[in-house]
Amino acid sequence: MKIVADRDVCIGAGLCVGTSDTVFDQDDDGIVVVLVEDPQGADADLAREAVSLCPSSALKVVD
Amino acid sequence: MTQAPPVLPLHMRRDHFDPVAELAEVRESEGVRRVTSTFGRPAWLVARHDDVRDVLADATRFSNASQLAFSMPGDTRTDEEKRRAMAGQMLATDPPDHTRLRRFLTPEFTVRRMKRLEPRIVEIVEQHLDAMEAAGSPADLVPSFALPIPSLVICELLGVPYADREEFQQRTARQLDLSIPMPERIALQREGRAYMEKLVAGAKADPGEDMLGMLVREHGEEISDDELAGLASLLLIAGHETTSNMLGLGTLALLRHPDQLALVRDDPDAVVPAVEELMRWLSIVHTGVARTTTQDVEIAGQQIPEGELVLCALPSANRDPSFIDDPDTFDVKRGSMGHIAFGHGVHHCLGAPLARMEMRIAFPALLRRFPDLASALPFDEIPFRAYHFIYGLHSLPVTW
Repeated sequence: MKIVADRDVCIGAGLCVGTSDTVFDQDDDGIVVVLVEDPQGADADLAREAVSLCPSSALKVVD
Repeated sequence: MTQAPPVLPLHMRRDHFDPVAELAEVRESEGVRRVTSTFGRPAWLVARHDDVRDVLADATRFSNASQLAFSMPGDTRTDEEKRRAMAGQMLATDPPDHTRLRRFLTPEFTVRRMKRLEPRIVEIVEQHLDAMEAAGSPADLVPSFALPIPSLVICELLGVPYADREEFQQRTARQLDLSIPMPERIALQREGRAYMEKLVAGAKADPGEDMLGMLVREHGEEISDDELAGLASLLLIAGHETTSNMLGLGTLALLRHPDQLALVRDDPDAVVPAVEELMRWLSIVHTGVARTTTQDVEIAGQQIPEGELVLCALPSANRDPSFIDDPDTFDVKRGSMGHIAFGHGVHHCLGAPLARMEMRIAFPALLRRFPDLASALPFDEIPFRAYHFIYGLHSLPVTW
């Protein structure tokens, strides 16, 4: 799997960082940064959860 | 002479902690029902979790920017005054206007920024607990704990003199109270606006280290004075009327479930899920701002024409059995972030990371300081705040 973030639609709610701060971070403007694009194991599950929680639909799983 | 309060619209009706049975009935039957909105207009009430999420996620078909959702019968303000009052009001905008405004503020509410605030919030909570302890049992938890903690936090963050708090606390509480006659609510709105304009002028003359000062320093060229006053008003009201009601109502919910209260008090790992479950189970925001359809749409098989109001029933959505098993049971152990008590879509609560941090600190601190905390009133005599845009308690007398 691959995690893709659309930084133009991100609203900086930070639910992804709250779900996994290994996979996601926020830059100084609060906008999402994907730290691990192809998370494995437990991180992959958390990343999927973050994708489903994302309020602005800025996160997607591809593949 | 007070007039009889208006009939409460279905989406605001509660039975203590629970949404009324009629709301569950809408969710379990057709899912969408024609109702009367807060301001007496027809609206479509959406009651299922998946449908609510779909509506809130779709700012293109379900707009916040329509004047329909904000126009109140008996509003005597001129169009120019209304237009100015709406500037910077993020809840009345759609992307890309919304995106522009929100991005001024997102750096202030990052998870990392909230962690930096943590020691100060701990200090504020401890100071209020010290004052309660010094004054002794009994006390009203709302004015001594639930309201002043979030109030002081948002005042410090924004750069609002805390000495002014009583004035604007009373003003905002009455402004959002449906049982207050419209002319008084309009007058309060005007007073609040004048107060905020004065603060903005002060921040422009001498920008401080707070959020207003930051907005002036970093975005002073891009943001109008009206927008600045609107953004600050929204943050001040939202910072007062939300976390404070969660702290009051949430404490009562825990007092009514002593085994779960003990978990929150004694097990630090129980706190994070407990706060999420309190948010889900209590869902203090009834609907948020009504959306207006920008085209003909279909929700749960119901055709809805363009230009109609849509209300999303958050308490009903958060207790949808298709979203969560045994939804009416309060169980702090299962809490997770999938609820939509903070909303969903681009208007998802900007202050959610702050609210979560305040609650994660305040609930266990209160329960540890006063292990024998108890309600001083029989349950049926506790005044729930029915007529307000945000649910909560008027007061919560407690002993310890």
